[in-house]
Amino acid sequence: MTIQVTINGEARTIDASPEMPLLWALRDELALTGTKFGCGVGLCGACTVHVDGAAVRSCQTLVGDVDGASITTIEAIATREADALRQAWAELDVPQCGYCQSGQIMQAADLLAATPKPSDADIDAAMDGNVCRCATYQRIRAGVHRAAEILEA
Amino acid sequence: MKMLKHFMQYATTAEETGLSRRSFLKATGGATAGLVVGYYMPTSHARAATGDDAFNAFVQIATDGTVTVLNKHQDMGQGNMTGLVTLVAEELDANWDQMKGAFAPSDPKKYANLNWGTVQGTGGSSAIPNSFVQYREAGAAARAMLVAAAARSWGVPATEISVADGVISHPSGKKGSFGEFAAAASAETPPEKPVLKSPDAFKFIGKKKAHGRVDTAAKSTGQATYTQDVQRPGMLIAVVARPPKFGATVASVDDKAARAIKGVADVVQIPQGVAVLADNTWTAMQGRDALSITWDESKAELGSTEKLVAHYRELAEQPGPVAVEGDADGALAGAATVVEATYEFPYLAHAPMEPMNAVAELKPGQSLEVWTGSQIQTLDHGTAAKIAELPMENVQIHTLYAGGSFGRRANPTSDFVNEAVHVAKAINGRAPVKLVWTREDDIRGGYYRPVYVHKVRAGLNADGEIVGWHHRIVGQSIVKGTPFQGMIQNGIDPTSTEGATHLPYAVGAHRVELHTTDFGVPVLWWRSVGSTHTAYAVETMMDRLAKASGQDPVAFRLRHIKDSPRDAGVLKLAAEKAGWGKADLPKGVHRGVAVHKSFGTYVAQIADVRVRDDGTIKVERVVCAVDLGVAVDPDQIAAQMEGGIGYGLGAILRNRIDIEDGAVVQSQFFDYEPLRMSDMPSVETHIVPSADAPTGSGEPGTPPIGPAVANALLWGADKKVDDLPFSRHGLT
Ligand code: FES
Ligand code: FES
Repeated sequence: MTIQVTINGEARTIDASPEMPLLWALRDELALTGTKFGCGVGLCGACTVHVDGAAVRSCQTLVGDVDGASITTIEAIATREADALRQAWAELDVPQCGYCQSGQIMQAADLLAATPKPSDADIDAAMDGNVCRCATYQRIRAGVHRAAEILEA
Repeated sequence: MKMLKHFMQYATTAEETGLSRRSFLKATGGATAGLVVGYYMPTSHARAATGDDAFNAFVQIATDGTVTVLNKHQDMGQGNMTGLVTLVAEELDANWDQMKGAFAPSDPKKYANLNWGTVQGTGGSSAIPNSFVQYREAGAAARAMLVAAAARSWGVPATEISVADGVISHPSGKKGSFGEFAAAASAETPPEKPVLKSPDAFKFIGKKKAHGRVDTAAKSTGQATYTQDVQRPGMLIAVVARPPKFGATVASVDDKAARAIKGVADVVQIPQGVAVLADNTWTAMQGRDALSITWDESKAELGSTEKLVAHYRELAEQPGPVAVEGDADGALAGAATVVEATYEFPYLAHAPMEPMNAVAELKPGQSLEVWTGSQIQTLDHGTAAKIAELPMENVQIHTLYAGGSFGRRANPTSDFVNEAVHVAKAINGRAPVKLVWTREDDIRGGYYRPVYVHKVRAGLNADGEIVGWHHRIVGQSIVKGTPFQGMIQNGIDPTSTEGATHLPYAVGAHRVELHTTDFGVPVLWWRSVGSTHTAYAVETMMDRLAKASGQDPVAFRLRHIKDSPRDAGVLKLAAEKAGWGKADLPKGVHRGVAVHKSFGTYVAQIADVRVRDDGTIKVERVVCAVDLGVAVDPDQIAAQMEGGIGYGLGAILRNRIDIEDGAVVQSQFFDYEPLRMSDMPSVETHIVPSADAPTGSGEPGTPPIGPAVANALLWGADKKVDDLPFSRHGLT
């Protein structure tokens, strides 16, 4: 089946089974490998992308369900929130191995878009689904707060 | 993995790695001291493939001034790419913005871990310590060559030339960049003994946030390349169906349904199981699900952890081979108070964020290229060459960033590389192969931190002083039957006992015994190795003794620390920073302490633990003090303490791997639940100022957190946790 999507602002055609998770279509068919595979079952958030502006787990989103959708991945996200997060990530050197960080930034960008000044409890609630096996959580938390500050300035 | 220095002594198993006996012996003869300067051999004239000018094995400078530092290690998150770039930048007097890092090729002659003899690899928190002088000398040598070239070109004495912030200058006003002189300088004779800066001249080393990590930007934009991201023309993805029980083999396979799936390119058998190849990952997984395999379980392990632990508990009551010989029984017979405990530690999976994987591109009889997050390049290289039936020099290992490892990628069979090359061979190299493990494959794939049972009996005299300590450990050996087996001395595998044999405390008569068991589940080092369990047993016993005699746990430790000022130093620093003894902790919050040295690095942690109304716990704050000699990058050391604490905490809270009738019970993040954001304490790290030679930070943050939390519960909630994880006790 072929479906039409807008990915990172570009019209693209995905030629794949409608049952294929978007994660694998992005990675294997479109060579957008910034979106990561961590668990495949919705438990780690490494695969987080934005579909029509909202953070979703691409391993749990089927290609057949995104026909006509607009998808943004870590390679191209350039919202104010994402820019602020990247600046904060650089100031605080958040990543260690880095493998979870695409998903962390995509999820945090979604949080900040909805909640520009998140509390620690907001961060726990929004980010608990994003595993970091290097346990960079303290810096992710600080990075989200810092990004909120940058956005406010 | 410091044990790798013994690797070479074990030449009889060289075949297993594909390295010839001769190359092992030759390698051994290389000795370590020579290598430090050995790299000054005239490699300086070689031009690197990149077109950059190579100054030596570690430093290349391009005509645009970019300095590339070749990292002989694996950076799986610890930050050694930044650390090694820092060492070179310092001695080169470079501008930070011109610096970058890249992984070196697999070549133990140039890139051995100097702590390991002649093996290239990463582990034992050794990347910075073994490279500290070597990379600085590489930077200093390159600087001297740039100066020599400038002096020649300007016709001035080299001694009049200075270098600062990436600019070469002469008092006459002449100035030049590194790029300008790169070509000429690389042809200069390297200095015999490069002069290193004195520490008071350091601009980068030891400075907090003098610069950021070299990989942060790439890792925040999806641009960093991991094995999982490698794409080769015509590449096929392989997933492997492995036996559900360790040691089982394929009896028969029906692959009709798998082959009928559109996109499935092939199904092949390899020693580890049955591989399905497809043009994308999802189809390969579908194909694997469609296989129907009958397994031959005649050689499989069919046991269960429950029975295993029961057996270990029996062994813990019986005398075993002696690691430390003291008459503890005699001393305990005369003790005023004796405290005893039997501890139980489960199997643990490493569960790195990036599951195992490797890409293999084979031209049968000609060449093999492997892309992977290689942690022990020499081992992966040898294994790949052996399977491909190629000489080592026809095999290239391209090391990529690994999405975590925690020891998993440093295993004796190089399982991920091994399988990838087998698959490539099985299809006769007709396409590049990317072998991909799923999370389930990872959790069920073995190479766990072993199950251990410890029985500890320790006694105090009437003055509350420790007079005897009897410590018996039961568990599988990590190194037995592997190329690292030579480490076992007199029946004692030090990876089972490290952290229990050399205590910072004077404990009177000290005895340590070890029963090494056999069980058909593969085991491996896991971030901080033996200290993952010995620190828990020793440090919780210390608090039980203190409590039994009504002594403050910090004072009790300090009273017993003899001849180990660095243990005392970190303990005092942590206590001071945490406000030990004076804090009015909020109601329901309890405080515990632990101190432990691993890989030469001393760490004390003080944990504040809240017990919620429902009885579950939350570790709210950890104050961590660390002494690792010269702190090359204080901010990244803090990051490793934070990460080490989180990694250890997740495991003690709720991680265990159980085996039932030979099969692994857990399979995913729902039953091997990792630490999450809401579990993470706030961590404060304090570094003891020191001029001692640096030791590492990747592992030593992990061991103290478990006992510090347990000790908080002992004092605050009168709770003893002898069998891990805490989730067994409804604490999480
Ligand atoms: S890979 Fe999608 S949530 Fe883990
Ligand atoms: S940085 Fe390694 S998993 Fe998050």
